[in-house]
Amino acid sequence: MFHPLLALLRRDLTLALRRPQDALTVVGFFVVVVALFPLGIGPDPEFLRSLAPGVLWVAALLAVMLSLERLFSDDFRDGTLEQLLLVPEPMGLLVLTKIVAHWLITGLPLVLVSPLLAIQLNLRPDEIAILMLALLIGTPILSLIGAIGAALTLGLRGGGVLIALLILPLYAPPLILGAGAVDAVMHGSSAQAHLSLLGAMMVFALFATPWATAAAVRIMLD
Amino acid sequence: MPAPHATNHPERKETVTAELSGMADREFRAVDLAAERGERLLFEHLEFKLSPGQLLQVSGRNGCGKTSLLRILSGLSRPTAGEVYWGDEPIRSVDGGTGSCLGYLGHQNALKEDMSAEENILIAGRLGGGRPERETVLAMLGGLGLAGYEDLPVRFLSQGQKRRVALARLLLQPRALLILDEPYAALDVQVIEVLRGAIEAHLTRKGMIIITTHQAVDIDGDCRNLHLG
Repeated sequence: MFHPLLALLRRDLTLALRRPQDALTVVGFFVVVVALFPLGIGPDPEFLRSLAPGVLWVAALLAVMLSLERLFSDDFRDGTLEQLLLVPEPMGLLVLTKIVAHWLITGLPLVLVSPLLAIQLNLRPDEIAILMLALLIGTPILSLIGAIGAALTLGLRGGGVLIALLILPLYAPPLILGAGAVDAVMHGSSAQAHLSLLGAMMVFALFATPWATAAAVRIMLD
Repeated sequence: MPAPHATNHPERKETVTAELSGMADREFRAVDLAAERGERLLFEHLEFKLSPGQLLQVSGRNGCGKTSLLRILSGLSRPTAGEVYWGDEPIRSVDGGTGSCLGYLGHQNALKEDMSAEENILIAGRLGGGRPERETVLAMLGGLGLAGYEDLPVRFLSQGQKRRVALARLLLQPRALLILDEPYAALDVQVIEVLRGAIEAHLTRKGMIIITTHQAVDIDGDCRNLHLG
């Protein structure tokens, strides 16, 4: 564990473990939002099943959104973000490492808890498998795109609301493709097209967004 | 606004013990720097040259742009005009980024409150690409009067103690140029003495130091003064 990027990853994960409530609130939010839907729209199992893909995806979007503000703000406040700019590694890679840590702390738990909520909404096992796969490919996109918004709102008042306004429109494509993948299986066709496009989007986000985020961090710290 | 001027103190004798790194023989130069904050011009046509083994003390009233200057020199901010050079290269295009040649300590201590002093320093060392030894870190913390506090989460330390941890982290990074913004703030007299020793040792190793302070701290070595405002 001597490589600088691994050291950063381990630092972020250690900090998250020492403050588990941060990650737990995100999962808790996801669970509560999904659990509220049957209460609001009634217990008809078929109706719930048809709404399930959209409900689960929108709840996941909002849960990730909730966690974005903390991606850089803690480091910004105590000055460690400034010191990261002086680390002799490309800032894009450092940012990517922080995003990976963010996904491991918030995105992955959402993927893991989603089957339970899917059962609650009456999804079948094959649909649940596609849902998990779509979330596994999709939640990294949410973290990657969200990082740009988190960086652009560093140090601004009301940053959390601003992130939502900046980023939610950009979350539309992964939402459409992710929910669409589960919908496709539900209606008896293949989810391959949706998942392939979602995968392509993740690869593109993986290469493009860390550099945009790094540029935004530099500008906000100038 | 009058242009800042650099004054030369008479050179004093010094002994060379060890070279810092391959980059340590380069000069650090600021050429025709200007900075503004809001709409206000802080300084312009600022020039200086720092050779290995020299210390530059930046002085001036509050709000005259000392911190802005230090952030520009460390590559964190862009100057309105002018350029900072490391040897013959602009500092922003140095291989590995500005962080490979200089260390910077600003007003913030950049410590993680949930981690101990030792962890903070070890992680910063690894992030810098080094392989810090636990013993070296403990010795440095002991030297700064923090023996017995190594394992405590930093949030339980006092302001002065946090400042000492941040200084220990900076002094353990093998960088040719150290840029220190108000390093004496919140430090007690004994630690100021230790820090003075560390600064003098860095200068005799042919390192360079840029420092802002309101206190007159007598440092043995080739000291220059830059007055802003």
